[in-house]
Amino acid sequence: MVRLMSRTSELARATAARVTDPELPMLTLHDLGILRDVEVVASGHVVVDITPTYSGCPAMATMRDDLIRELNGVGFDQVEVRVSLEPAWTTDWITPEGRAALSAAGISPPGPARSSSGPIPLSLSPTARLIRCPQCDSTATELISEFGSTACKALYRCADCLEPFDHVKEI
Amino acid sequence: MADHDNAYSGLLVNDAHWAFGTAPVSDGHGEDPLAGVDTTIPDGTDAATLGAYALMLGDDALVMSHRIAAWTSNAPDLEDDIALSNIALDLLGQARLLLARAARADESIVPALPEGSPVPAEDALAFFREAHEFRNVRLAEVANGDFAEVTVRVLLFSVWRLAVWEQLRASRDSVLAAVAAKGVKELAYHRDYAARWFVTLAGGTDESRRRLLGALDALWPLWPELFDAHATEVAAAASGVGVDPSTVRDSAEATLDLVLDAAGVQRPEVARRAGVMGRFGRDGMHDEPLSLLLAEMQSVARAHPLGQW
Repeated sequence: MVRLMSRTSELARATAARVTDPELPMLTLHDLGILRDVEVVASGHVVVDITPTYSGCPAMATMRDDLIRELNGVGFDQVEVRVSLEPAWTTDWITPEGRAALSAAGISPPGPARSSSGPIPLSLSPTARLIRCPQCDSTATELISEFGSTACKALYRCADCLEPFDHVKEI
Repeated sequence: MADHDNAYSGLLVNDAHWAFGTAPVSDGHGEDPLAGVDTTIPDGTDAATLGAYALMLGDDALVMSHRIAAWTSNAPDLEDDIALSNIALDLLGQARLLLARAARADESIVPALPEGSPVPAEDALAFFREAHEFRNVRLAEVANGDFAEVTVRVLLFSVWRLAVWEQLRASRDSVLAAVAAKGVKELAYHRDYAARWFVTLAGGTDESRRRLLGALDALWPLWPELFDAHATEVAAAASGVGVDPSTVRDSAEATLDLVLDAAGVQRPEVARRAGVMGRFGRDGMHDEPLSLLLAEMQSVARAHPLGQW
């Protein structure tokens, strides 16, 4: 029975981990660090904890529906998706595989997040980041806007190959 | 179960069209933003105080979000259009969590809706209260002006809110603490965005500087109100769940002075906007623009209280 439960847990984990982000479909929820916990609490009953990237993330409802659909599909009839607000999501939770997948898709992965304990100092000049162009690997890149096509991205341009690209900003 | 081949299927519930607010999911109810979150009220905290306090913070975000969202497709260029839309979205997310928290703490504040309405509590609070029931600071509700105006308003609002929320991270209410821990990261981006534009406009052309100073003069009378300590805020602070805004005035003004100095701008010498018989935004006393904002924001919901048309 114990072995059976652990196999079931593995199936639930693996299935939930495969679900992709609706806005960054090259990344799984596991890669993004959004998937916090998957627990089989009874036969056919699984509880999944996910954490929002931003307070207003409009993809949360879709992620919930996708998790329920995929887990239903492998035999879990009762799927509970819970929101985990604490600790707050940070880009530091994006896995190495996730970072590689972002780069491969032409999106620059985030650097280390700034510490969020204590007062957050004012920054009057654009955030200084050493960013490589995901197309040509040049470091001659410049910020166009701190706010990109989704809440989690900033918009950059490469001065060498002239391609604009998204950068997942540190949070 | 969601039909992923049909983009419209998610809009349809029981063959009716979802009219406003949070989209209902397959069970006919909106996705709960606090699903699974421990919303137990901390020991020794008055539930009504916690609810009223969360409502204030939520109303600030909701009204400010609505004002900024009106910039979508109207900003001077695409990048700022996207930036302002993102800021509005962050604040809307904060509002949703806070209104949901307020409703969970004190259900008596949620307006009653007709039997069978699938509208979640946070939407009922947003769409079915009158202006005098809103507890936002009046800075949030001012009618929109030009780009200099939104720059100054986002700056003042974010500097103040960030100063409050840096302290709110230590709230004894685990929901408020978590919302604040997430929110400070967002607010820091908002503040820095507005601060950079403030410096840019101040050092730009005579016209950009004239407009910036005009906006600052117009909004400055509402700055002191942000630091008034309402009885609810004092009570929330006393029980360790909230922050008394008067205690963060020095740190907020120190941050603001860094921006003003970098821009070569002096603090305006204009008197604060008076309340009405000593009542301000936190007391439900608002200026006319809030009524007009609510008329626009709420009209569809009021016409379709069952959430469908």
